[in-house]
Amino acid sequence: MSTILSRGDAEDFLTKEAALLDAWRLEEWAELFTADGEYLIPATDAPEAEPGKSLYLVYDDRHRLGERAKRLLKKTAHAESPHSRTRHMISNVSIGEQVGETVSVTCNFVVFRSRMEKTDIYPGHAEYKLVVGPNGPKIRSKKAILDIDVLRPQGKVSIIL
Amino acid sequence: MTVQERRPSSSQLIVDDRQAASFRVKRDVFVDGEILALERERIFSTCWLYLGHVSEVPTSGSFVTRRVGGRPLLFTRDRHGKLNALYNTCPHRGAMVCRERAGNRRAFTCGYHAWTFDESGRFVGMPGPEALPPNASEGGRFNLVSVERMDEFKGFVFVCFDKNAESLVEYLAGAADYLAYVADQGADGMEIVEGSQDYSINANWKLLQENSVDGYHGQPTHVTYFDYLRSRDGAQSDLRIGGSGGWVKNLGNGHAVSESIGLLPWGRPYARWAPGWGEEAKPEIEQLNKEIMERLGPERGNVVANGDRNMIIFPNLVVNDIMATTIRTFYPVRPDYMEVSAWAVAPIGESPTSRDRRMRNFVEFLGPAGFASPDDVEMLELCQRGYANRAAAPWNDISRGMRSNAPRKTDELQMRTFWRRWNQLVSADPSVELNGP
Repeated sequence: MSTILSRGDAEDFLTKEAALLDAWRLEEWAELFTADGEYLIPATDAPEAEPGKSLYLVYDDRHRLGERAKRLLKKTAHAESPHSRTRHMISNVSIGEQVGETVSVTCNFVVFRSRMEKTDIYPGHAEYKLVVGPNGPKIRSKKAILDIDVLRPQGKVSIIL
Repeated sequence: MTVQERRPSSSQLIVDDRQAASFRVKRDVFVDGEILALERERIFSTCWLYLGHVSEVPTSGSFVTRRVGGRPLLFTRDRHGKLNALYNTCPHRGAMVCRERAGNRRAFTCGYHAWTFDESGRFVGMPGPEALPPNASEGGRFNLVSVERMDEFKGFVFVCFDKNAESLVEYLAGAADYLAYVADQGADGMEIVEGSQDYSINANWKLLQENSVDGYHGQPTHVTYFDYLRSRDGAQSDLRIGGSGGWVKNLGNGHAVSESIGLLPWGRPYARWAPGWGEEAKPEIEQLNKEIMERLGPERGNVVANGDRNMIIFPNLVVNDIMATTIRTFYPVRPDYMEVSAWAVAPIGESPTSRDRRMRNFVEFLGPAGFASPDDVEMLELCQRGYANRAAAPWNDISRGMRSNAPRKTDELQMRTFWRRWNQLVSADPSVELNGP
């Protein structure tokens, strides 16, 4: 299948995104999104439910995901102050259908988060809609779907997956 | 050890000094395993506990499995339309019979030896019945056991493991009116929205009940949430009354509410427009508001549509009717660990645009990935860590507003209301006075 984005390019892009998150360069992470970009995490018991119709854990439009990034960098974002150490692992990158300039990309992920003598693991898979322009891909939509049925023992998703 | 020997005296755990306007709670109550054992016996085995909402079992055969007060239960609607709360435990060897979270079926078969029950819990068959006497199942011996008490109030279903408990409505006391305000939001009733928030907190369960009605922590703990509102909504959020206005009330039996009408900076999906929703949302919100005013009259309509309420129902139910409406319940697995479940409740038949605003609004603040709840979790966990110093620093102080005739959201009457009831039950001391400043 021939698409405007190769699997290798997609993998490079997702690796760069992961590196920004792990380096807490969160405002640069937000800049990876298009002006109408969105960032989503469905409820753990309804991974296939639609946003807006059902309760999600994260339902961010572009403004809110930018504010999420800014918020997490403040000392008063208590759950992440001091910051946790995170490691985003990406694998099984796969290119899906292409509609115009938009390419669907999926991958598996595991995120490790360690803070205050406790390590949490977030396994899942992600569905991206990437828009390919002259300066490389941008994220129109990122949906991170957790492969856990309840948020225990993690308790929260205070980081960006 | 007998129960009598274990019984703490009511003044040992809580000092309620009304003369000095001082209310203190001993930090041992958050840490001590003996206290948790007493709570299980005297609170979670005797109080009415939230099971679920009627909308979760909409049709005949619908079921939900859920742990309530530490017990795995099966909540069903049977072929006659009747609600059932059953212990999800096989009468044969005790295995949990139903393993799914929810669904619809007419029969439940235990995976272990294939004993089968209908949706009201009645035994209907087993492999090889000839090995037992023909009358072996008589008297309901092989039925799933029904929970001692179950009752519904305006769609909210509760159970109680004490067959001699007072009625649900008596138990709810003044909290019933506030559940009715939620039930009245929808012209055709309310429903639980798909998608639960099941999470955990490494802290004692009572800290979440306190936190859920604590207006005093709003600004310091959630300053980043108010920053977000300001970035989105500009001047409207400079209303930033954020908890200092309004009032708090003792609703009886340990229940309390923190309330205001029309004061807070965030939007409410059917009542209070926020700039972040855009001008295009305004006409629909005005229309929804009008529908409530016409249906309920201006006085009650104003309370239902324009009020913001954080309510705690003793012991472990929170109904927060704020930027969205959430039902939250939790249970202590250990003194320093609780499991939490939360849901969104919304009007049946809500338009897709209004439901979308509600879902966005819910998670801007609430839930394990919202802009606020993770910071609450952090604070509760820091409290729990801090209690390791309780030998040297043994008391929590909950005295704000004890001399006030009109306690506000930033006072602490709502927590004292919880604690007085808690003390009465855990100390088994009926002389503990539930009313007070």
